[in-house]
Amino acid sequence: MKKACRLLSLLPVLCLCLVFLSSCHGARKHAAFEVPDGLEEGKTYEVVFWAKNDTNKTQTAIYQKAIADFEALYPDIRVNMRLYTDYGKIYNDVITNMQTGTTPHVAITYPDHIATYLTGKDAVVPLDGLMNDPRFGLGGSEVRFDSPRADEIVPSFLSECRIQEETYALPFMRSTEALYINKTYVEKLGYTLPEDYVTWDFVWEVSEAAMKKDPDGSFAVNGQKVMIPFIYKSTDNMMIQLLKQKNAGYSTGDGEILLFNDVTRSLLREIAGHAATGAFSTFKISSYPANFLNAGQCLFAVDSTAGATWMGSRAPLADISPDRFREFETAVYPVPQTDPENPVMISQGPSLCLFNKEDPGEVLAAWLFASYLLSNDVQIAYAETEGYVPVTEKAHADSGYRDYLAHEGSDDPRYYDVKLKASKLLLSHLDDTFVTPVFNGSTSLRDAAGQLVENTVKSVKRKETVDDAYFTKLFTDVTALYRLKSAGGGPLPAGSVVLLASLGGAWAAIGGVWVSGLIKKRKKERQN
Amino acid sequence: MKKLFALLLVAAMVLALGACAKSTDNKAMSYAEYDAAELQTAVTVETYVQAKQSWWDNKATIYTQDKEGGYFLYEMPCTEEEFNALVPGTKIRVSGYKSEWSGEVEITDAKFEIIPGDTYVAAPKDVTSLVGTDDLIKNQNLFVSFKGMTVEAYDESGAAFAYKNDADKTDDLYFKVSKDGKVLSCCVEFYLTGQDTDVYKAVEGLKVGDVIDLEGFLYWYEGANPHITSVKPAA
Repeated sequence: MKKACRLLSLLPVLCLCLVFLSSCHGARKHAAFEVPDGLEEGKTYEVVFWAKNDTNKTQTAIYQKAIADFEALYPDIRVNMRLYTDYGKIYNDVITNMQTGTTPHVAITYPDHIATYLTGKDAVVPLDGLMNDPRFGLGGSEVRFDSPRADEIVPSFLSECRIQEETYALPFMRSTEALYINKTYVEKLGYTLPEDYVTWDFVWEVSEAAMKKDPDGSFAVNGQKVMIPFIYKSTDNMMIQLLKQKNAGYSTGDGEILLFNDVTRSLLREIAGHAATGAFSTFKISSYPANFLNAGQCLFAVDSTAGATWMGSRAPLADISPDRFREFETAVYPVPQTDPENPVMISQGPSLCLFNKEDPGEVLAAWLFASYLLSNDVQIAYAETEGYVPVTEKAHADSGYRDYLAHEGSDDPRYYDVKLKASKLLLSHLDDTFVTPVFNGSTSLRDAAGQLVENTVKSVKRKETVDDAYFTKLFTDVTALYRLKSAGGGPLPAGSVVLLASLGGAWAAIGGVWVSGLIKKRKKERQN
Repeated sequence: MKKLFALLLVAAMVLALGACAKSTDNKAMSYAEYDAAELQTAVTVETYVQAKQSWWDNKATIYTQDKEGGYFLYEMPCTEEEFNALVPGTKIRVSGYKSEWSGEVEITDAKFEIIPGDTYVAAPKDVTSLVGTDDLIKNQNLFVSFKGMTVEAYDESGAAFAYKNDADKTDDLYFKVSKDGKVLSCCVEFYLTGQDTDVYKAVEGLKVGDVIDLEGFLYWYEGANPHITSVKPAA
């Protein structure tokens, strides 16, 4: 027994050692980054860049040209690009590579993802020092290209990249969501689109009207057997924007989860009602909104402005065959609003983050490349590929860019009108955008917000009972699925979990020994 | 009191076992019954694994079929160990929901169990004559073949195929073939057959006008879009 007690008394120490060892074994560590004096002369730097395109070959070509132009300016820096078509895959690969110290130098990312990357100590380079460096910073004296100054980045876009009072990313492109409308069919149903904004009530009402069928079973508005009047691509954004518009809770800045509230419940109830009639569906359940919109099988399609070239009866990019297209006029509006007097829409789009390396020169080389991507040539060329907006006021003011925007209505595919309308939508609402708080776990919370909508719609279509009891269970299930109970900081890092479990175990063991001793003592007392 | 306690324990165990019973206990449908079932209804089938597309985040996407028809299992919850056990031919009992995404009919939110013993690996069904007809869809999700197909230019560039991600070739390949003026869009699904596979390399080597035989799973995306697993010069 004495031996056991000793072992138990050693448990807390052993556990702490294990935690210490596991912390040492995990992600590779680097010293905190400090801006070096410059690049080492005669040394060739390899910069690995993980980029994302929207399955758009022009974007690939722009990245390649940007790399070639940059390498011409900096012959000692080679940029190796790996292209992804999905933000989630970049995120997963970064997490995996953080363990082995093989992260890229620069990656396209979302701020939500950076919050998770930051759990690796000194893994992500804070950019304030680099941005403000007089030689190599934004607009720095030794930069070999026309770099924008920090104060020429749209302030709201830059502030989206600040986490815990530090700037951890540069915005690269910005977009929002747009409501792409088959105006022809809306008017055929007897409705007139309001001038600036449409409300959720309007969208729901027209969507229900579009469900009317002819005696032969085809839908009256399009004469086809298929009609899903309202399709939302990103249901996480749908829920987030609805909650914001209604001033309801989502999360606090420090990670307290507020999503599971009565407003959410009432929103889901309304969504369920329209899913039940078939007036509403989602990308995950049906398909891309563009496929239905372009085939005349959808009146209201919400998708990113960065997907504008896929939208409309003459969309330059399409997944459906030409014979399935229908002719109609496409209107581009902000996402549906609750209060048109105070429009609110999400700001999204890729940002650039830098990963720390043992050689600060590599980080500096990566920084120079990342900041080159903010130069006018790259910004304007990339923004023109979709309904993106450049992130610098310098690019917004560029005469070439202003000329581009002025070409709306031209037959030239470069000036596809839906794309230009989508870009102008965001440009005219820069002050109406918002982003959700970023913290370790905010990615999971975002996923959970979308899951609530997806599960509700799916359950309605499967004729399950969707009532208050359903929503209560849904909240519980989604909370568990995304481990949101522990949020308030999101899922704990493995080291923390081990530490807490070890401490708990140790205290339990100590308690056990103490109780055992107490019982023995009492027994002895009784015997005496 | 002790007897009552024992009785309560037994009752609790019976209830617990009931709760643990797999939902795949429903009677299995024939393919005809599955085909007739409405979308978004619960279905149970017994089918055989033909090929595995992917396993990710404890979810597996699998091509299966029995002797009557094909069933595409999309993101079925599955451990890595279970996934490894699902070799071609393995019989499984699957319960889930019949769903449709962009024209592809699939079973989602599924549970499964392996039925030991019986195995079946399908030979490809020649559906060449059905290309461009309304009957092709009746073979959706089956392992099929197309014989003597001519490679068409994929797009206005005149190339015989296109990469989804042409910068580093780590995604799907697309190409088009035709027979008697009927065009078929094909896909080499990267997760099923990646860049190191024979089929991926064969498609990268195609030229417009080549006449080839194809095999693959008759997937649907806004129309027939088979996931090709074999490309050979026409016999």
